[in-house]
Amino acid sequence: MAKKMHPTPMLDKLETGPWPSFVTGLKRLAKDNDMMVDLLGQLETSYETKKGYWKGGTISIFGYGGGIIPRFTELKDESGKPKFPDAAEFHTLRVMPPPGMHYNTDILRKLADTWERHGSGLIAFHGQSGDIMFQGARSDKVQDAFDEINALGFDLGGAGPAVRTSMSCVGAARCEQSCYDEATAHRTVLNNFTDDIHRPSLPYKFKFKFSGCPNDCMNSIQRSDMAVIGTWRDNIRTDEKLARAYFAKHGVTDLVNDVVSRCPTKAIQLVDASKIPTGPSISAVKVSDTQAIAIENRDCVRCMHCINVITGGLSPGKDKGATILVGGKRTLKIGDLMGTVVVPFMKLETDEDREKLVDLGRRIVDFFAENALEHERIGETIERIGLVNFVEGVGIEIDANMVATPRTNPYVRADGWDDEVAKIKAKKQAA
Amino acid sequence: MATATATPRRAIESGVPDNKQYMHPTLLKNYGNWKYHDRPRPGVLHHVSYSGEEVWSVRAGTQRQMDVHTIRKLCDIADKYAEGHVRFTIRSNIEFMVADEKKVAPLIEALTTAGFPVGGTGNSVTMISHTQGWLHCDIPGTDASGAVKALMDDLHQEFIKEEMPNRVHMSTSCCEINCGGQADIAIIIQHTKPPKINHDLVANVCERPAVVARCPVAAIRPALVNGKPSLEVDEKKCICCGACYPPCPPMQINDPEFSKFAVWIGGKNSNARGKPTFMKMVASGIPNNPPRWPEVSEIVKKILYVYKDDARPWERMSDWVERIGWPRFFEKTELPFTKYLIDDWRGSRSSLNASAHIRF
Repeated sequence: MAKKMHPTPMLDKLETGPWPSFVTGLKRLAKDNDMMVDLLGQLETSYETKKGYWKGGTISIFGYGGGIIPRFTELKDESGKPKFPDAAEFHTLRVMPPPGMHYNTDILRKLADTWERHGSGLIAFHGQSGDIMFQGARSDKVQDAFDEINALGFDLGGAGPAVRTSMSCVGAARCEQSCYDEATAHRTVLNNFTDDIHRPSLPYKFKFKFSGCPNDCMNSIQRSDMAVIGTWRDNIRTDEKLARAYFAKHGVTDLVNDVVSRCPTKAIQLVDASKIPTGPSISAVKVSDTQAIAIENRDCVRCMHCINVITGGLSPGKDKGATILVGGKRTLKIGDLMGTVVVPFMKLETDEDREKLVDLGRRIVDFFAENALEHERIGETIERIGLVNFVEGVGIEIDANMVATPRTNPYVRADGWDDEVAKIKAKKQAA
Repeated sequence: MATATATPRRAIESGVPDNKQYMHPTLLKNYGNWKYHDRPRPGVLHHVSYSGEEVWSVRAGTQRQMDVHTIRKLCDIADKYAEGHVRFTIRSNIEFMVADEKKVAPLIEALTTAGFPVGGTGNSVTMISHTQGWLHCDIPGTDASGAVKALMDDLHQEFIKEEMPNRVHMSTSCCEINCGGQADIAIIIQHTKPPKINHDLVANVCERPAVVARCPVAAIRPALVNGKPSLEVDEKKCICCGACYPPCPPMQINDPEFSKFAVWIGGKNSNARGKPTFMKMVASGIPNNPPRWPEVSEIVKKILYVYKDDARPWERMSDWVERIGWPRFFEKTELPFTKYLIDDWRGSRSSLNASAHIRF
């Protein structure tokens, strides 16, 4: 039986309404957990005063430098003693999830049991970086909790200036739009960086994320330093039965308004079924006996829209791989940055292909470690030094896909132009 | 008497666990072999494999910060109705996979009865991805779980139905670092006053050059205050970003009165149709009013329902605004367009209208 509950009139108001309430969960834990009684007390105080009361510190498990987020209370009385002593220490263990966040009930129950024994019993599935967040352990319990979680086959994720925990979409496990084996790529890359995850020593954080197609369900382009986004380079595949099924349900108005006119590059056209264009880069499919759609794949930018609308009727091609973008991030310190294309297409089918991805990641992280200023993300380094210096430093070939447009300002010293042209010509001839 | 020190346990640096050991057998069997999917009803996805096998996924909302009893309740449901396998989405929804269509209805019934709303697929408002807030963050201007719970109560119907023009992703962040992420509608607490400096503590707690270096507008400089090494802020330059607070807590940026909510719209990470977009600030100065933050909810709902009425099929928030233009967005939502919404940061001229493209 836990200690007496503190009154929580404000938090109580979050127990009404149809959405599941975390407050009800905290109260259930507090029935037999003193830490949660006091956590509720501190949280209620925050609701009253509109102030936060946690400060960080340094807690780690034996052998690692990161992965635990330490929290100590700053809510103290006149003599400097915590007002809610049983929640004075409330550390989080960041734990890497399986790719695609698949679980069975057996492992979830074991994780829950462990956390009930050693921690507060509160778990977030998942934090914004993808970690399972085991929230609320006392300093003297962190090692025991980790040991059990680790024995179950799970490992700590990243925190601080380190390679961070990664995420990948459901991908090949359940999605027809998957363009590579996201889970294998995710595991292969991340497990080559375990030292950089567990022992923070980079200028700042570095995140990899893996999305199976340009729908980018993992938001890799905005939220990761190196985004691996699935794509294909041959023609969109078609299936007449499913294309006809879409048309039968929606008709020509929807087809024109929702599919043809929403194509960002006008690569798709409605055509007469008796005049379907042909050619090596054309995908065409009849939607009825009289009408068909035709796609000029050389104009297609793989945006996914038509494939999303006519699922199965149109599908990504067979020559699949990924586009690699570098430098996405939000706010600090120079504002939002999207990832920039550095490799337009990379095959990711074999172990050898994935080794090349690991190698690219390693070269980028090494460049970051050597050249970024403190607390600077790689996108900011690129902004500071220019993309050319970055790709040359990392050893990536210049490609017209890296830009939205060529430069518009004339202030460039171009006296190396002829040499560059000669190099490119020589390379072409050698190929 | 000397006691033997127990050797500490060395971690097994196992890295990312293999997901195949936990995966639903139908997913495992058809890995990389899926043909298409459809949505039989809100909250349910139906995937068909080239092998002919099918799987139904039922998606339910959770409170993200879950107690072990809730997790066990979800496991009980998974064991009884859903073949013992689940997965989570990036927005903290839980998905149950079943290989038999007959199992879908009882599963939905069990989830709904246990208080987990079924929805969040297709053109729904999805669960709000959010940050830790007062529950666990060291620099929060507000709570996140609470604001999200309050708003999801209001948007419950939009979660369990699919009535929006396209999907609506939302996020909530408890400071401007915006860990909640880009979204169609994002709710972010914003500091509106420069940090209050406790000069007695700075020298002991903060690495002063690191704090100076972190300021994006060079508003911070070292200073001697009352004979002690400290820092001072040029308040005219300060943009109240809060970057100095994490490395130097005596530079308190959160303020019970002057930390206000801002609302941002039109962020999209997908490449579908247009290129990915960042979200844009459309409202500010909204009070931080726990426990249910009614002022924020009101503005969010206003934007959401104007979009719902006005956007065409498949238009995300950003596509819709691109069609109708920003002046009409502000007109329709009745939000005031103030000078603070005109960007003045580095590279900001790219966000100005360098054309005669005007809608009347």
